[in-house]
Amino acid sequence: MSARAAVQRYALVGAWIAVIVVFSLLKPDTFATTANVQNILGSQAVLLVVTLGLLLPLTTGDFDLSVASVLTLSGMVLALLNGEHGWPLLPAIAAALACGLAIGALNGACVVLLGLDSFIVTLGSGTFVMGIVAWISGSRTVTGISPELSDWVINNRIFGVSMIFYYGLVLAVVLWYGLTYTALGRRLLIVGRGRSVAKLSGLRVGALRWGALVAAGFVAALAGVLYAGTTGGADPSSGNSFLLPAFAAAYLGATAVSPGRFNAWGTFIAVYFLVTGITGLQLLGVDSFVQQLFYGGALVLAVALSQIVRRRAAGREVAA
Amino acid sequence: MPAQADTTTAAPSGAAAAAPVVALRGLSKRFGGALALDGVALTVEQGEVHGLLGENGSGKSTLIKVLAGFHAPEPGAELRVNGREVKLPLAPRQFRELGFSFVHQDLGLVGDLTVLENLRIGTLATSRSMRINWAAERRAARATFERYGFDLDPSAVVSELPETDRALLAIVRAVEEMRETVGHDERGLLVLDEPTVFLPREGVQRLFALVREVTAKHASVLFVSHDLDEVREITDRVTVLRDGRVHGTVETASATESQLVEMIIGRTLDTTAQSAPAAPSGPVALAARNLRGRTVRDVDFDAHRGEILGLTGIIGSGFDEVPYLLFGARPCEQGELRIGGRSLPLPALTPREALAAKVALLPADRAVDGSVPTLTVADNAMLQVLDRYRPMALRTRKMREVAAGLLDDYDVRPRDPDAEYASLSGGNQQKVLLAKWLQTGPEALLLHEPTQGVDIGAREQIFALLRAEAAKGMTILCASSDHDQLAAICDRVLVFGRGRIACELTGAEVEKHRIAEQALNASAGAASLTRDSEV
Repeated sequence: MSARAAVQRYALVGAWIAVIVVFSLLKPDTFATTANVQNILGSQAVLLVVTLGLLLPLTTGDFDLSVASVLTLSGMVLALLNGEHGWPLLPAIAAALACGLAIGALNGACVVLLGLDSFIVTLGSGTFVMGIVAWISGSRTVTGISPELSDWVINNRIFGVSMIFYYGLVLAVVLWYGLTYTALGRRLLIVGRGRSVAKLSGLRVGALRWGALVAAGFVAALAGVLYAGTTGGADPSSGNSFLLPAFAAAYLGATAVSPGRFNAWGTFIAVYFLVTGITGLQLLGVDSFVQQLFYGGALVLAVALSQIVRRRAAGREVAA
Repeated sequence: MPAQADTTTAAPSGAAAAAPVVALRGLSKRFGGALALDGVALTVEQGEVHGLLGENGSGKSTLIKVLAGFHAPEPGAELRVNGREVKLPLAPRQFRELGFSFVHQDLGLVGDLTVLENLRIGTLATSRSMRINWAAERRAARATFERYGFDLDPSAVVSELPETDRALLAIVRAVEEMRETVGHDERGLLVLDEPTVFLPREGVQRLFALVREVTAKHASVLFVSHDLDEVREITDRVTVLRDGRVHGTVETASATESQLVEMIIGRTLDTTAQSAPAAPSGPVALAARNLRGRTVRDVDFDAHRGEILGLTGIIGSGFDEVPYLLFGARPCEQGELRIGGRSLPLPALTPREALAAKVALLPADRAVDGSVPTLTVADNAMLQVLDRYRPMALRTRKMREVAAGLLDDYDVRPRDPDAEYASLSGGNQQKVLLAKWLQTGPEALLLHEPTQGVDIGAREQIFALLRAEAAKGMTILCASSDHDQLAAICDRVLVFGRGRIACELTGAEVEKHRIAEQALNASAGAASLTRDSEV
C-alpha cells in the first residue's frame, strides 16, 4: 500500500482522534471521562445500526430514503402493540420487524418490477410511511413499552457501555464480513458498479437489488426497536432526524478504510466521528442547532472528498 | 534504427506551394523516467489526410494531447502552424485559435440533446444573445448538412441516431467550429482519433466521403487508427510511431500492408497462413433455429464442435444481434438454441440460463457490458468463478494468486491483479475478459467485435488464443465487421443481409475481399437467400 493510499484510508481515523484530543484538552473534566465515552458509544448506536442497513442498497446502487420513516414506524408499532394493546414483547417486536420487511419489499417491487428510480420511490414511500405513523398513533407519543426492552437495550451494560452498542458492533462485523468475504457481497458490489455487466455475467440483478432494499428495511425496523428501547416509547416524528446523519455517515465512511466503497468499518468510524464532534461541541455549550450544521456539512464534505479521491485517481491514469 | 521523419517527402499534388498546416520538430515528452515521445517530427501538408499509426503505448495519444494543449512537451520542441511559429506548450483551448479540431472515439456528443443543439453547443454556450432563433438555426443546420452531402434531421435526438450518423455529426461540428477561427486562405487541422472503431464498414465509407469533402475544402486531417485497410484507403501519407519515436513517414500508396505492419510492430505477421482448414468436421455443437429479433428473421444455422464460425454483414444486416439473442441478452421474438442435447426457447432465455448451458458472451462494449472498469483486474477476472472459492468465506488470497496466474497465462500487462481495470489498454482489457470467461470452460463462446480498439500485437495473441480453444473443442461464434479478422480466424463465415443469412463462405472463400463483396451483395439484395440448415 502506498503512503498516499494509507493516508487516504486512515485520514478519517486521524480526524476522529484529533477531535477527541481537542475536546479532551478543552473540556478535560466532562469530555475526557469514562462516563462520557460510555455515553457516546451507547447513545448513538441507533444511528450506527440504521446506517449499516443503508449500506446494502447504496452498494447495489440504490437509494433508500425511507429508512428513517421505517425506523419511526417500527418503534410506533412496537409501542402501540406492546404498550397499549398489551401484546407480549417478542410478538410485538416481530410485528415491528415485519413492517420493515414489508416496506422494503414494496420499495424493491417498485424499483425492480416497475423499473422506477429508487430515489423517487423511497422518497415517496418514506413520506407515505410517515403518514401511516401519524394515522395509527393519532400524532401522539406512545409510551408504556415493557421495561424489559430497555433493560436489554440500554440498562444492561458491558464495561459500562450499553448493550445497544454491542448490537451495532455485531452488525458491523456481519456486514464487513459479508461485503468483503462472501460471494454475495462481491455480487452486490458488481451490481452497483455495472448493472449491464452484472446481468451479462448471469447475476440475478433484480433479486440482489430487491434483497438489499428488503434488508435495509429490516435493519431500519431493527433500529426502530432499539430506538424504542432507548426511549421507552415512541413518538411520531423524532425518528426522521436519523435520515440525514445516516447518509452523511455512509458517504463519509465510504472515504475511509476501503476508499470508494461503502464499507462497514468506515461507517462505524464515521458515525462515531460525527457523534464525538457533536457531543464535544455540546459540552462546550454550543447550541443544539450545531447538530444540523455538523451533519449537513459532513454530508457535503464527504461527497466532495470522494470526488477528489476519484479525480486524483483519474489524474494518475492520464499521466500513465 | 527508427528513422527520423522524412519531412522532405513531396506533399500531395495540388498543395505543393503552401506551407504545411502543421510542422512539428524535436517533440519530446517525459512521464516520470520514461520518454513517451522522443524527438518526434510530424508534418501535415495542406489538403492532406495524414495517418498516424502505432501500437498502444507508442505515443500517439500523447502527441495528440500535446496538440490539444493537454500535455506540455519538454523544452526544445518547435511547432509551425501554416508557416507561423507557435510557442509551446500550447495554452488550454489555444488549439481552437490555431484551427485545430478534435474528434475522439467517444465523439463528445450529448445524447439527450438534439442534433441541432449538439451542432451549436459551442456557440450556444458562449452566446450573449438573449433569444435563440431556433427556426433560423434549424434552417442553417439543414443547409450545413446538405453542403456536406448528407441528410440529418436537426430535431432528432442524438442518442436515437445510428452510430454512423453520430460520427458524421461530430465531424461536421468539429469542421464548422474550425471554420469560424481559420482565415480564408488557411487550413485547419482536423484530428480524427480512432473515429471508426465503433462503426460498421458502410459507416466508415460514409465517414471517408465526408473526410474527402473536408480535405478538399477546409482542412488537413490527422487520422489515427488501428485499421490498416482504412488507413491505406483514406490517407495520403502515414507516420508510424514506435516506442515514442517516429519510425518513418511514407507515402501510403507506396507502402504495402505488410510493410506498414512491419513498421508498426517491428516484426512480420503471417496472417494468411494461419487460417484453419476448410470444411467443418466435428459434430454439431450449437444450433440456432428460427431466430427472430429486432432485425434478424428466420435465421437457422449450425456450428460445429471446434469450429470458429464468423457472422458478418453491413450495418443493419442483423449479424451483430445474433450473439446477444443466443445469450438471452436482448429481447428475442422467437427461436431456439440447441446446445448440449438441450433445446432452449430464446424468448424466455436469460443470461443466467445461457451460462448454465455453458454459453459465454464477450460483448463489444467492454466498458459497459463486459467489465466493471472501476474495480480491479482480479475482481473482473474472477467474477464468474466466485463460487469455487468458498462463497461463504472467500479465499481472497488464493483468488488473487489465481488471478495473477491468469494474467501470466494471457500475457496481460501490467501483471498486477490489483490494478484498476480501466487503466489497462484495450488489448489487455480484452485479454482479461477472455481469461474471465475461458476459465469457466464454456462449450460455446459468442464474440462481438472481439478486437475492437485492440492494438495489433494483442490482436494476434487473441487470435492465437481463440484458435487454441477451438482446437480443444470449443465452438466459437464471432460476429464482426472486421473482414481481416474473420479471414484470419474463421473456418466458415455466414454473411447476413437484411436480417437473413444471405450466403455461406467456406474454405478458400473465407478471404476478406470475398467477404466484403458478399456483404455488399447481401445488402443490395442481389444474393439469393440461402439457408444453412442441417449440415
